[in-house]
Amino acid sequence: MRRWRSGLIAALLAATPAAAVLPDEMLADPALETRARDISQQLRCVVCQNQSIDDSDAPLARDLRLLVREQLSAGKSDAATMDYVVARYGDFVLLKPPVEPATWPLWAGPFALAIGGGAMLALWLRRRGAAVPAEAPLSAAEAADLARLDGG
Amino acid sequence: MKRLLFLLPVLAFVGLIAIFGVGLTKDPKELPSMLIDKPMPQFALPGIEAGGGFATAALRGQPALVNVFASWCAACPQEHPVLTRIAGEGYPVFGIAWKDQPADARDWLARLGNPYKAIASDLSGRVAIDLGVTGAPETFVTDKAGRVRYKIVGPISPEAWEGEIKPLMDRLRAEA
Amino acid sequence: MFAEIGQFALILALFVAAAQAVLPMAGAVRGDAALMAFGRSAAELQALLLLTAFAMLMICFGRADFSVALVADHAALDQPLPYRLAATWGSHEGSMLLWVLILALYGAGLARFGDNLRASLQARVLSVQAMISVAFLAFSILTSNPFARLDPAPPDGAELNPLLQDPGLVFHPPLLYLGYVGFSVAFSFAVAALLEGRADAAWARWVRPWVLAAWVPLTCGITLGSFWAYYELGWGGWWFWDPVENASLMPWLLGTALLHSAIVTEKRGSLAGWTILLAILTFSLSLIGTFLVRSGILTSVHAFAVDPTRGVFILAMIVGATGSALALFALRAPQLKSGAMFGAVSREAGLTINNLLLMAVTAVVFLGTFYPVVMEAVGKKISVGPPYYNLVFTPLAVPLLLMVTVGPLLAWKRDSLGVLARKLRLPALLAVVVGGGIAFAAGPVTAAAVVGFTTAFWLILGGVMIFARRWTGAGGFSWRLVRTTPVAVIGMALAHSGLGVTTAGVTAMSCFAASKILVMRPGETTSLGPMSVTLARVHELEGVNYQALAAEFSVREGSRIIHLQSSRRFYPVSRNQTTEAGIGTSLFGNSYIAIGDTQQGPGGDGLVVRIYRHPLAGWIWFGGLLMALGGAASLADRRFRIGAPALRPAASPSAVPAE
Repeated sequence: MRRWRSGLIAALLAATPAAAVLPDEMLADPALETRARDISQQLRCVVCQNQSIDDSDAPLARDLRLLVREQLSAGKSDAATMDYVVARYGDFVLLKPPVEPATWPLWAGPFALAIGGGAMLALWLRRRGAAVPAEAPLSAAEAADLARLDGG
Repeated sequence: MKRLLFLLPVLAFVGLIAIFGVGLTKDPKELPSMLIDKPMPQFALPGIEAGGGFATAALRGQPALVNVFASWCAACPQEHPVLTRIAGEGYPVFGIAWKDQPADARDWLARLGNPYKAIASDLSGRVAIDLGVTGAPETFVTDKAGRVRYKIVGPISPEAWEGEIKPLMDRLRAEA
Repeated sequence: MFAEIGQFALILALFVAAAQAVLPMAGAVRGDAALMAFGRSAAELQALLLLTAFAMLMICFGRADFSVALVADHAALDQPLPYRLAATWGSHEGSMLLWVLILALYGAGLARFGDNLRASLQARVLSVQAMISVAFLAFSILTSNPFARLDPAPPDGAELNPLLQDPGLVFHPPLLYLGYVGFSVAFSFAVAALLEGRADAAWARWVRPWVLAAWVPLTCGITLGSFWAYYELGWGGWWFWDPVENASLMPWLLGTALLHSAIVTEKRGSLAGWTILLAILTFSLSLIGTFLVRSGILTSVHAFAVDPTRGVFILAMIVGATGSALALFALRAPQLKSGAMFGAVSREAGLTINNLLLMAVTAVVFLGTFYPVVMEAVGKKISVGPPYYNLVFTPLAVPLLLMVTVGPLLAWKRDSLGVLARKLRLPALLAVVVGGGIAFAAGPVTAAAVVGFTTAFWLILGGVMIFARRWTGAGGFSWRLVRTTPVAVIGMALAHSGLGVTTAGVTAMSCFAASKILVMRPGETTSLGPMSVTLARVHELEGVNYQALAAEFSVREGSRIIHLQSSRRFYPVSRNQTTEAGIGTSLFGNSYIAIGDTQQGPGGDGLVVRIYRHPLAGWIWFGGLLMALGGAASLADRRFRIGAPALRPAASPSAVPAE
């Protein structure tokens, strides 16, 4: 698994048992190690498909895990450590994309859909509630279809 | 009004397809470099043999290519003749041996020839991370001031050299 | 020989499908009964031909006929026979064949069990079904021929990825396909209804069993896939928000919405346009799921670069099917008769809100999966991973789940908030007390755990309440009411409480799972929470087509001791390796141990061991099975009821309040 080239191996890695974090990488300080794991889970392994560096056994992911731990050991904050990696690989490494105008549809879209849909439903119920009789009688053809369905 | 509502799904679909059409023509694997138009990150690395290696300062003064390679890299032998040609045409090529045992790198170059003006050994891979490298080979184009101007992911093809990179190098040479 | 028979049957099927696409439709337009009847025979013939083709391919795999390129690429001699047979659908070409086969089987089912359909509707449905068939058969034959020969034939083949040599994965793709392809029937019904200009209660009643017939296997497939990932990938993850998983979740979510909106159309004649739109979208998402994602077009341009015809073909088919159906919708749906009106507080309104929320969570998955592509179009690169989904999916999923229990308690047409509040007061209190109690008892209490367990218990309670209300009439509890409970009601209760069981498992796994990674040597003991784990010994194993390194563990929790074997397999032919985790299961949770490489530890060289404690893990998949079982019960009831007039429900008495 050590000899790899980005494009080709990505597919393989997705299907390979993930070795992920190894004991020799882990920090002695449990609080610091917990922070390192948290950060690692937020960072994408750039040569993998949809894996965080915490889950990936790609060599580059391991390098980044070690880097994160170094930064934390040096006293950097979580945010500063993330920024350090983003400065090198770009927003692409963030599994949680930044909230900015370009990603507003991503973040707000589903909520807008639910709220907009709800508003439309309310409007429709009010308008039609006034206009239409409560019960629309079945047409002859519909009645025939239903009767056939019920085996009549 | 009501008509418009029923038209909405198909309109949304057409819009979606249009966006997909554009998005799908891009290579999702290609990660744009964060370094474009920024100075090359500072480093000073030893060589693959005693007395070799170079530091960032060595890149100043002339446009240069900085090529990240490794003896274990599958695509590098394919690129190697192109690099040899580039060096032969008088453009300086610097090499960074990425996570490669110096002995392995030496053997590899002894077999294929050495096109590099200088080679730095990045055994830990730390400098590669500073450069935002995701795989080998990757090549950076730097200008006279040592700023990164362009990045090529994957092996450089002869066509890419002729059509894109060489003209760029010549432009950079002409820059003040 | 076998390959040629298969090839011939496949090509013949294309011609039959082409005739089936045109003639019954013409018959329906001109009122020609003979032409309409042709559709039925054609559908059955097409299924027979594809069954033949598929059987032939399977025989080629069984005989290890390496002169067939597909066999040489995906089967090896020392592979066990069952896995060699399963490799039939383990490749792109083979799975395409399975896809069209299932499509044809659904078509044949429509022909066979559609006697009570209006003849013109059945003819149109079969025609639309055949149009899809023609497109995919052409795709299969022209770009992905499974029967292509290889000359000279190699002496041995390349092995199927060993990760896929697992019983779970043998059945996973067929189940998913039964789901994806099954939604084609709803799609065909929707298009046929638009063409006929009629979508009424009877139409919805015809559609619903077919939606269920797709939804049940899809539920099973997703559950199985998640379970497979859990035990096979070796680190106890059960859902990764991976594009491939998302691709199956989207049609499931929309299919669930479709299932419920079809109920409204069936019972009340309302929301017909909405139901049609959902049917179109559900199948479109299935298509996008199977092809855009599985083919890797989204994740790597490779698929396009290596074989541009395939990618363009697929995209053209999706655009053709979805685009024309949606255009037809824009044209014809406004003329559809709208059904009965309902109040703002009513079963119909409840189901509509449920539909909106399902749409919203589908949008979360859709945006998360495809937004990176959108951003590519404007030249930016982003990733969307689990942290996004957790943040956006959860706040929409919780109200959705809360609504699930409310819906069945609402009366059709009109209900009042006061009555509803009185019905819900006690169960709500109970859910908060029990849910909060579990969260407190389980460990460091968090808001997520309280909300999660409360929601879970609320859902389970909802299932119980369905029975409770059904079995007690005006005169209190009665055995007569228990006996006459329609199976469909049992199905609903099962499915809703199944959702609660899954929710409980998900909550426990997200809030209370614990893990430990360390280097262990034989004889060493370590602890994780109340668990004490000893590595007894490490030895080598020889399998049929693999070698393995195995570690024996004993796990003690309280007075209970279990023995687990965890191993890593090496498959020499494909030079792949897999991790076989040792999993100890119990009702309240699993212990899960996976081994890795040898590494330097504090006491010398040892084995890298990952130990996980997974509280209520099994509930996730058990809940999924309950949901599928509920769907199956509902389906059984439906078939029972059609043609049995005596059992026609008198509009479920319990659901109509005495106001």
